[in-house]
Parts: sequence; C-alpha cells; structure tokens
Amino acid sequence: MNLFEALRIAGNGLLANRLRSALTTLGILIGVTAVILLVAVGNGASVQINNQVQSLGANVIYVYPSNARGTGGVSQGFGSGQTLTQADVDAINNRQQAPDVVAAIPIAQSGGQITYGNQNYFAPTTGTTPAFPTVRNYQLAEGSFFTDDDVNARHRVVVLGQTVVDNLFGSTDPIGQTIKISKQSFRVVGVFASKGGSGLGSQDNVVVAPITTVWAYLTGGRGKIISQIVASASSPSVVTQAETEITTILLQRHQIADPTQADFQLQSQQDILTQANSIATALTLVLGAIAGISLVVGGIGIMNIMLVTVTERTREIGIRKAIGARRRDILIQFLIEAMVLSGLGGALGIAVGALLANQAPNIPAIASSNFPTPVVSAPSVVLAFCVSVAIGLFFGIYPANRAARLHPIEALRYE
Amino acid sequence: MITLEGVTKTYRMGKLEVAALQGVDLHVGRGEFVAIMGASGSGKSTLMNIVGCLDVPTGGRYLLDGTDVAKFDDDQLAVIRNRKIGFVFQSFNLIPRTSALHNVEMPLVYAGERGRTERAREALGSVGLADRVHHQPTELSGGQQQRAAIARALVTNPAILLADEPTGNLDSVSSVEIMRLLANLNAEQGRTVVLITHEQDIARFAKRVVELRDGRIVRDERSAA
Repeated sequence: MNLFEALRIAGNGLLANRLRSALTTLGILIGVTAVILLVAVGNGASVQINNQVQSLGANVIYVYPSNARGTGGVSQGFGSGQTLTQADVDAINNRQQAPDVVAAIPIAQSGGQITYGNQNYFAPTTGTTPAFPTVRNYQLAEGSFFTDDDVNARHRVVVLGQTVVDNLFGSTDPIGQTIKISKQSFRVVGVFASKGGSGLGSQDNVVVAPITTVWAYLTGGRGKIISQIVASASSPSVVTQAETEITTILLQRHQIADPTQADFQLQSQQDILTQANSIATALTLVLGAIAGISLVVGGIGIMNIMLVTVTERTREIGIRKAIGARRRDILIQFLIEAMVLSGLGGALGIAVGALLANQAPNIPAIASSNFPTPVVSAPSVVLAFCVSVAIGLFFGIYPANRAARLHPIEALRYE
Repeated sequence: MITLEGVTKTYRMGKLEVAALQGVDLHVGRGEFVAIMGASGSGKSTLMNIVGCLDVPTGGRYLLDGTDVAKFDDDQLAVIRNRKIGFVFQSFNLIPRTSALHNVEMPLVYAGERGRTERAREALGSVGLADRVHHQPTELSGGQQQRAAIARALVTNPAILLADEPTGNLDSVSSVEIMRLLANLNAEQGRTVVLITHEQDIARFAKRVVELRDGRIVRDERSAA
C-alpha cells in the first residue's frame, strides 16, 4: 500500500467524523499555539535583554575592586575594597601599555535627592571624567559634556539623562538651570539623548558630574574612592586582549605576582551578555515546557479518539483483513490518521501562534507596557511541527496496534 | 483446488472444549460449484472460516491450490486471502462512506497492483454496475451492494469465490439475481464457487451439495446437471 492510498483512506476516515476530528485537532492546535507564542515571548525577552545590555556601550570592560582583605584575611565582601586609584586609570589610558583600549574612566557613585524648584527626584549621581560619553556610548542631545577644566577646578556642573529631565523640568529647557543634589547647587550643562531601554537600571536615569566635584561635595569625607573603572576596547574582537592588558597593568602596579590573589576583578560586556542570555534561555525553556504540557494533553486527546475510532470501525478492520490487509497495512492506516490529526493541528497552531505573536505589538495594552515583542524563530516552528507529528505517532501507536492485532473473524462478527 | 484431510477444529470456551469440526474430508475441484449446507451449529461457519483462510485447523491438513496453509501466520494468511479467495458475505460488508469503485479497488491496493481503477471498473461492469461506480454503499440497493461485493471478490482474479449466505439479507427477487450471477460466473468463466447456505432453494443453484451435521459431512451429492 503506498503513501498516497494510506493518506486517502486516513482522510476518508477523518472526514467521516468531521466535528470529532476538528475538536481533536483543536487540542493539538492550542498546545502548539501556546508553545510557539510562549517561546516567542521568551525569545523576545532575550532580544530585549540583549539590546539593553548592548546599549550600555559596546566593547565595555568593567574593573571592580576585589573583596578587601582585612587583617587575618577576612573577606569584607564584594566592592568593599578601595584598591583602584586615578593613577590606575591613567596607566590604562597609556596607549603603549594598553594598545587595545580606547579610553578608561574612573567612576565614583553617589546617591542623593535631586531637586529643582518644587520638583524632586531620586537618581544615582556618577562622578567621572570627560571620556564618559565615548566609553559608555552616550550622545548629547543638548548642551555639551563637562571638560578637563571642570574636573581640575571641581566645577559644580552636571549632565542629565532624559528620564531625570522629564521628571524634574517638564517643558522647561534644563540647560543653564540650577538643580540641587544633596542640598548642593549644580548647573546643568548638557542633556543626553535617550538610549531607550527600560525597567531597572535604565540608561536614561543618570546624573553625571566631574569626579572631583563628586568627591568634594557629595561623597563627604570618605576620600577619593573609585568604585569602578570602565574601559572600552577598540572593537568587540579585541575585548579579550584589552582585558589581558588591563590585568597585566594592574597586577604590576599593585605589585601582585599571583593573579589569583588580585585585588580587582574584570567583567566584560560579553560576560554580562552571556549571563543575560543564559537567564533568557532558561526563561524560554520554562515557558516552552509549560506550553508543552498542553501539547501532551492534546496528544492524550488523540489517543482517546483513536481508541474510540478503532472500536467503532472494528467491522471495517475485519473486512479489510478478510480481503487481504496485513497487520502492517492496518497499523499504518491508523497511525497516519493520528499523525494527520496532530500534524494538521501543529500546522494550524503554528499559523495561529505566529499570527498572534505578529499582532501582539498592535494590541494597545501590550504596546504601552514593557512586555517584550514576541519573536517567532524558525527552529521553534520546525521543532513544534515535528513534535506535533511525533505526538501523533507516539499516542497513535497503541490504538493502531490494537486495531492491527484484531482477529479477522471476531472483527467481522462485531456489531 | 481445495483439499481437506481429516480437518478438526476445537474451540476452548473457558474450561470447556468445543469440537466444531470432527474430521472433515472434502475435495473441491477447479470449476466446481459446491453448496455447503447445515443447520446452525453444524460447523459450516467454522468450515467456511478455514476454507477462507480466516482461521487455521486444529488438526488435519488443508491444501489450497496444493499449499498447506495450516502453518501460516496471520500476515501470510492475509496474503493468501488477498490472492486466492474472494469473499461474499451475508451482510455485504462494503466499507461505508467509500464509493463502489474504491471498495472494489481495495483488494488491489493491499496487493500493491497497478491499473487498479481500470480493473475495478471492469469488475463492476461485469456484475452490471458500470453506471453505479461512484455511488456509496448507502446509495445502493441490497442487491446492488451484493453485486459490488461480488465485483470486489472477483477483482483479484481469485482461485475460489467463497459466498457465505450471500442471499441472507436479500428479498427473493434479488436473491435469484445474485444466485444467477454466481451460477453464470461458474458456468461461463469456470470460477470455483463455494456457497454456504441453509436454504434448500438457494442450494439448488449449485452442482454439488455437501451437508454438515455436528462437525461431520453427512451428505455429498452431485446433481444430475
């Protein structure tokens, strides 16, 4: 019996009970739609996280102080060390020693209430040097960034992110206005163009000032603390070389012979991306697995219906056997019926899932939220279809085998 | 053609053993038209199942066309049924929701043969259903359904035609039509026909009558014609 005949016979059987076939297909359809949609949401989240991490500035390497070791080697926890100095930054900025580094900047963080007129807002204040826009990949929308003179003279000037401007100024032009941070006055000299991104750690929720100013007016008497150094490599392909160069410079400067005893640690954008991706992948897998449960339920539906079908058509099976159908012929007939049901459900489910994923951004409630735009990937489509056909095969085998093993005489007598 | 030598068949029903056939010897030659008669419980259905290769005997030998089928497994029996036996059942047993043409093609599909549609049309034509090929069983009268079933039995050009109470569900007019058709197939094409019936009137169409009682042959007569 060839495949075409088998498909024709299976189609005939399925069309005989249109409603039943349609409902069984619906079970698989819903399962596949759920898989396609949820995996698409997971992929969308992954893309969103990637974009957000990328927007932090490409090729960026972070240097953090290691856990400080007190007397007796007591570790005082992440970031508690104060081992990084302006001299370290200058050494990394030496092109002879670190040819693959474009620029390095020191960062001093301070929190504080920001006020303008009767508005107030909370944002972290970052103290740094004029290379900040280059290293962190910021564009100026208005005004200009502060200069080396501002750093040397500890001028009280700030550059604001878009979110801060929106919250403090409304429609007023912020350039030249004076704001207060922790009760100290600062003049706004520039505004960054929005980098997009959202949620925690938005790149637009920033206040940037000269590092010397931050030390003098905001971090109080705690000295010239550099909480991290941010360096950018000249291209993504040389990030690893740049990391090696920075490590070499700092180990030498800090007079540490054993790299495992380093009092600093490096993290590159790649590291962060890798972490973010592994989280996103886990999310996609969990969502897919949840949707997969409904696919299994659909498969059980197929098995149930196929068992009913085999019982109902016992006499037909008897006739087919009497006129020469072998076990294999009957087995294939019912297996193909089950696989047509599940394959059809799979194909329709992919269509519905892709359509929903495609239309999701047009739904106002989703468009206005931070919900990730679903991304339907080709492998998930192929996989979903193959899995749905495989489910037909798996759940069809038992009923089909039952049909194939019927004894012709008993099957013919069945009423 | 058909040779049964001391065939016995015993069914187990729980702990009870029921001997349906108790040593049947029968030889049917090519081109014969045999009616097997007997009351219900005489073992004629069991005999038909064995002759039709739907079942294998418990004891004795059954040679079909010189082949001993006693040792065959299910799939081998299916192939034998497909190639050598054409079944005609009391309740027609056409596959529902399937046109007469597809029903008649079915044995050829399982045989994996080519030119199925032409051969099926030819077979339907030979039983006078050329104008009904696309009708479904429910759109055919009882007599027409039985003729379609006969076409299905003939399409593989089998060695024997095995008719199990073929007129049991038909009115007397259709019954006579069907019996004439079977008699013609025997007389004109030389088909071997084995007919199972309990009706004397129907058995009269056959050239030889074998009567079974309690699993044994009690009468075997050839008519003068």
